[in-house]
Amino acid sequence: MSSAEINKNEVDIVIGALNADLTQFLTSWRPFFSGFHLIVVKDPELKEELNIPEGFDVDVYSKTDMEKVVGASNATMFSGYSCRYFGYLISKKKYIVSIDDDCVPAKDPKGFLVDAVTQHVINLENPATPLFFNTLYDPYCEGADFVRGYPFSLRSGVPCAASCGLWLNLADLDAPTQALKTEQRNTSYVDAVMTVPAKAMLPISGINIAFNRELVGPALVPALRLAGEGKVRWETLEDVWCGMCLKHISDHLGYGVKTGLPYVWRNERGDAVESLRKKWEGMKLMEKSVPFFESLKLPETALKVEDCVIELAKAVKEQLGSDDPAFTQAADAMVKWIQLWNSVNSSARS
Amino acid sequence: MVEPANTVGLPVNPTPLLKDELDIVIPTIRNLDFLEMWRPFLQPYHLIIVQDGDPSKKIHVPEGYDYELYNRNDINRILGPKASCISFKDSACRCFGYMVSKKKYIFTIDDDCFVAKDPSGKAVNALEQHIKNLLCPSSPFFFNTLYDPYREGADFVRGYPFSLREGVSTAVSHGLWLNIPDYDAPTQLVKPKERNTRYVDAVMTIPKGTLFPMCGMNLAFDRDLIGPAMYFGLMGDGQPIGRYDDMWAGWCIKVICDHLSLGVKTGLPYIYHSKASNPFVNLKKEYKGIFWQEEIIPFFQNAKLSKEAVTVQQCYIELSKLVKEKLSSLDPYFDKLADAMVTWIEAWDELNPPAANGKA
Repeated sequence: MSSAEINKNEVDIVIGALNADLTQFLTSWRPFFSGFHLIVVKDPELKEELNIPEGFDVDVYSKTDMEKVVGASNATMFSGYSCRYFGYLISKKKYIVSIDDDCVPAKDPKGFLVDAVTQHVINLENPATPLFFNTLYDPYCEGADFVRGYPFSLRSGVPCAASCGLWLNLADLDAPTQALKTEQRNTSYVDAVMTVPAKAMLPISGINIAFNRELVGPALVPALRLAGEGKVRWETLEDVWCGMCLKHISDHLGYGVKTGLPYVWRNERGDAVESLRKKWEGMKLMEKSVPFFESLKLPETALKVEDCVIELAKAVKEQLGSDDPAFTQAADAMVKWIQLWNSVNSSARS
Repeated sequence: MVEPANTVGLPVNPTPLLKDELDIVIPTIRNLDFLEMWRPFLQPYHLIIVQDGDPSKKIHVPEGYDYELYNRNDINRILGPKASCISFKDSACRCFGYMVSKKKYIFTIDDDCFVAKDPSGKAVNALEQHIKNLLCPSSPFFFNTLYDPYREGADFVRGYPFSLREGVSTAVSHGLWLNIPDYDAPTQLVKPKERNTRYVDAVMTIPKGTLFPMCGMNLAFDRDLIGPAMYFGLMGDGQPIGRYDDMWAGWCIKVICDHLSLGVKTGLPYIYHSKASNPFVNLKKEYKGIFWQEEIIPFFQNAKLSKEAVTVQQCYIELSKLVKEKLSSLDPYFDKLADAMVTWIEAWDELNPPAANGKA
């Protein structure tokens, strides 16, 4: 499938602007963003005006818009990296592609620029195979197939809910790891897309991600906020928490999550050692989250994504609430998110 | 188009890792000429050749290799009545080699597998990569999106729980194949010309709770950790099924590895698979398996081993009882197979009595 074959009208590219000047970012992505509708959401805490180059089909949303749609008190849900979720909320498209504003297109081993948008949409349009591992990775791509021993009944796959891309140059490592290995850059281009098996947990990064909004939109929850959350990825965990919820709900509803291609080139920003100086709350929260998600079983009766989120929020409050106030806040945010989702999207429902 | 590596002139590896701790097990019915290509990487190691088919046929082993060879007569002599668990006229007989080995690690490879080239054109030392995979921990409890975190240049990603970063011991390293991919007969018939030309530069741990189709063409494992579970089943002559030997072993070892918190890796290294077997012959062998696997896979996905099963042998015996209980109704073959699984363990324990240090 080439970019000519995907339906651009089904896609919104949602960019969370944590930097005011998006010139370099959008200019470098122009070949691949052109023809698509863009939603740029400005971090409500960013004071400067956004600088957006000409020639894009773009709608920009800022704090004022957020307050109009969800009310002033709820607008705080969308600060920092979470601003993009406002874009997810108000989008009307089937697919969302989201890339951090410090990433530019990567080059593949042949030297060609990678069209991350098209690759993400291809991933989302093709089935996922979470119930049995295919050792040749994506069986639907050109030149590959299911291997000997792969059950035939599982070869039609399931709908793909999300496509998690990767990063060359500055990989999405945490602050302690990057601080320890200051010179380490990711130069390994792994030419594969694969489905993350059902029941397997993974840390989903928000840096380069796409999802089927029609299928699982409400499951991308802007919920977990670290005390002292910052404006660099090393100081956040919102996407990792969101990803744990998304994966669990996808597993429950029989959808798949893919990982691998496409790569983006992630630029330097921030200082891992500086981020390390902040008290690293995230580590502790992740440790508590793992056994929770491992043992969690959503009720059979939760058949809609929204219901799954509500049930998940209940379980978080009951089982993790006493461990850390961040979890209680996350649970409340998840419930609030569903209320907002339903109210904003009720008129859009068919 | 993908080509095998030309290894002519490459010097034999002067520092072969684990030279005295690893055996290479090769099943064959014809000749071992392919070992000429592998000389730079495999010559320092000891070979265990399991000769299938007509025992009177002389198998030619290239000069310079140190080996022991077992044919059917040897298998019958060594195992006596227990030899019934070792397949005849099927490469499944290779597991006899695992049983007689006295080494900690096994690398098994098919006689139509040559040395692959990586994207830079360099010959891939598959054995060295397998050893690296086995000596590094696995990470089955949480998926790392940058694949093997212990590899040079990689690491755990943000959000990966720190308590899980030590990983667990790796029991199995499952390699892949360029050129002729490991397809089943129906796929071969539909896509006779398809060649795998995609070199995916990654090793990854297969998550706990996930089953996979294990191919025996390019495989290595820690015999101490998982050896007794590497039984390749009853295939070939007199059996209703073929080409499911490695699959069966793969489902068994994965259930046991998950139970014992051992890791299974897949990905690199690649070998170059040169021969496509006849798809019509394959279809006849696989036919029943294609239907049976629909039942077998849910069986393995739901198989639960008891807390008391703490050794591989105990796990395997328990599994054999579950096979008898749950799969015999599918076909009486599974009743026989369950018995053969027990015979295998008995034979294994006989040939590998626990050492003075208590190692099973």
